[in-house]
Amino acid sequence: MKILVPVKRVIDYNVKIRVNSEGSAVETNNVKMSMNPFDEIAVEEAVRLKEAGKAEEIIITSVGDKGSQETIRTAFAMGGDRGIHILNDSNTEPLAVAKILKYIVDKEGIDLVILGKQAIDDDSNQTGQMLAALLNWPQATFASKVEVNSSELKVTREIDGGLETLKLNLPCVITTDLRLNEPRYASLPNIMKAKKKQIIEMPISDTGVDSSPRLETLKVEEPAVRSGGRKVADVDELINVLKEEVGII
Amino acid sequence: MALDDNSFSIFLDTIKKFVDNKLIPREQEVEDTNSIPIDIVREMKDIGLFGISIPTKYGGSNLSMEQEVKLTFELGRASPAFRSMAGTNIGIGSQTIVMAGTDKQKNKYLPKFSTGDIIGSFALTEPDSGSDAMSIKTTAKKKGNEYIINGTKRYITNAPIAGVFSVMAKTKDEKSSSSISCFLVDSDLPGITLGKPDKKMGQRGALTSDIIFDNCIVKEDALLGGREGIGFTTAMRVLDKGRLHISGICVGLSERLLNEALKFATSRKQFNEEISNFQLIQSMIADSKAEILAAKGLIISTATMRDKGKNVTLESSCAKLFCSEILGKIADRAVQIHGGAGYMSEYAVERLYRDARLFRIYEGTSQIQQLIIARETIKNFKA
Ligand SMILES: Cc1cc2nc3c(=O)[nH]c(=O)nc-3n(C[C@H](O)[C@H](O)[C@H](O)COP(=O)(O)OP(=O)(O)OC[C@H]3O[C@@H](n4cnc5c(N)ncnc54)[C@H](O)[C@@H]3O)c2cc1C
Repeated sequence: MKILVPVKRVIDYNVKIRVNSEGSAVETNNVKMSMNPFDEIAVEEAVRLKEAGKAEEIIITSVGDKGSQETIRTAFAMGGDRGIHILNDSNTEPLAVAKILKYIVDKEGIDLVILGKQAIDDDSNQTGQMLAALLNWPQATFASKVEVNSSELKVTREIDGGLETLKLNLPCVITTDLRLNEPRYASLPNIMKAKKKQIIEMPISDTGVDSSPRLETLKVEEPAVRSGGRKVADVDELINVLKEEVGII
Repeated sequence: MALDDNSFSIFLDTIKKFVDNKLIPREQEVEDTNSIPIDIVREMKDIGLFGISIPTKYGGSNLSMEQEVKLTFELGRASPAFRSMAGTNIGIGSQTIVMAGTDKQKNKYLPKFSTGDIIGSFALTEPDSGSDAMSIKTTAKKKGNEYIINGTKRYITNAPIAGVFSVMAKTKDEKSSSSISCFLVDSDLPGITLGKPDKKMGQRGALTSDIIFDNCIVKEDALLGGREGIGFTTAMRVLDKGRLHISGICVGLSERLLNEALKFATSRKQFNEEISNFQLIQSMIADSKAEILAAKGLIISTATMRDKGKNVTLESSCAKLFCSEILGKIADRAVQIHGGAGYMSEYAVERLYRDARLFRIYEGTSQIQQLIIARETIKNFKA
């Protein structure tokens, strides 16, 4: 089995996000970047499948600027085998990413794609689903447990009311939820081994995918600051405030 | 060859995450049990922390000094006891062999140091010999193709868990540096007893103890570098490097303390205001921040100098002195900013304050650093 794990380079989850001065996007200048945490979980799951002898090769891919190669290398240090970097300096929307992934899946003969359920920067939560539709493959999103028995998969998903268990056949698409596993650290010995692993760089134009944006961002704002609460003396005053000041009763 | 920048930046991320997600949450457990949890030790080994200063040929990753200090800025943010676990293998325990060992000694020990499979300790200090390191009394008498070691070593970090000690002992009678040799002594040899682990002010979880040598016989090939008389000079070279490492840890711990102080100062209210609004609190925050940045600059510039092959005895003593002293001040301010809470074990600063005290004492006291700095400065002036 050949697994494809797409990884996205995003602002590190520890960084305090700031809106840029033009109010057009989140500030990314001089901001620490790392692998999207859900993608780390996806890499970990793929590596565990390989360690269990259920997969032969893990291909890591990332769509983005030059810096994405560092993210691919991080995935290598966790156990990924080789990388494909689709170079695009501007933002790539989920649909375009899904089309690019389809291109790679077809080209590489992939059996299973494991993606993060969403990226923590734009929280789109779309790429995996769109990819499954484009490929016409079964999908299991928000996975919290994955069991592989030759070409049959059992995936437990986290849904509102509890857990749902799906049975699906390869080839298929899985997206990971937070509780699927605890990703390993990129250890120094593995980081050093990862230096020998190959990344093929390809301009986005070579994929033949039209990546021109279909969405336009009008404005980006900081969340409104919460104004402080206040204590009222008794129920009468509360009702009065709700009537007179808040106007909801 | 040092690690390339890209790989190092991935590793630094690993360390940051490890410190935040694994080490800091387990600090209280270390304090309560006076030991580092075995699963944490396992992970430190897996990550490759034990081998960062060992040549790649022996399974290490051979970080440059600049990389090593950047790593200590992160590692220093957690209880220093965690660092101490790998600290002797990174520093004083392994570097004698890296710097002066024979090929055979390197092959025997360094691969196991890299993986953390054995812990190396550095045994110089004695009951009657601390700052005056040249006055050690432990002797190694040659007999045929063996040496017989007698003497007591004191406060030796990681002695209770070490597989091998770098022991400084006299091979000649007179008090001179060329009378002191270094022996690589496996800890399971007959004639070695360990004292009980010392009860310390802080850094619980990092163990020290006496090592007593009573007619302990070692083979000739235990002599470091196969040469008598190089022990003291090697020890001093090891400490030169170690001082920069320790300086970096001091800065990491300073940043942690300032961060704890800021967390408290921005949430605690008195006189209807966040206490961080008071200028007297702000003064403590400002001084601490300025000192931390100055310390970082000094460390990085000294580390890059050392990477270029320059002698940094003067600069690394300055770094050790400055960084351990500002740590002392910052720890004190962090407790002060916490008020009564800072005196209570419920808050991390109480423990970190005790942990911080050690850095002005070991690997050369502040006074000894001052002596070195003054000696070098005057010598340079006269030259
Ligand atoms: C937790 C811990 C771990 C340690 N780990 C190790 C280890 O792994 N290996 C090892 O070999 N040692 C270790 N040490 C020993 C440490 O390096 C010594 O404690 C240190 O060098 C000081 O020596 P001393 O304690 O004998 O103090 P002393 O040398 O007796 O000093 C007492 C005081 O006198 C001052 N003083 C001494 N000489 C002068 C002078 N000429 N001018 C001005 N002031 C002076 C000192 O600065 C100090 O304030 C450790 C110590 C501790 C506390």
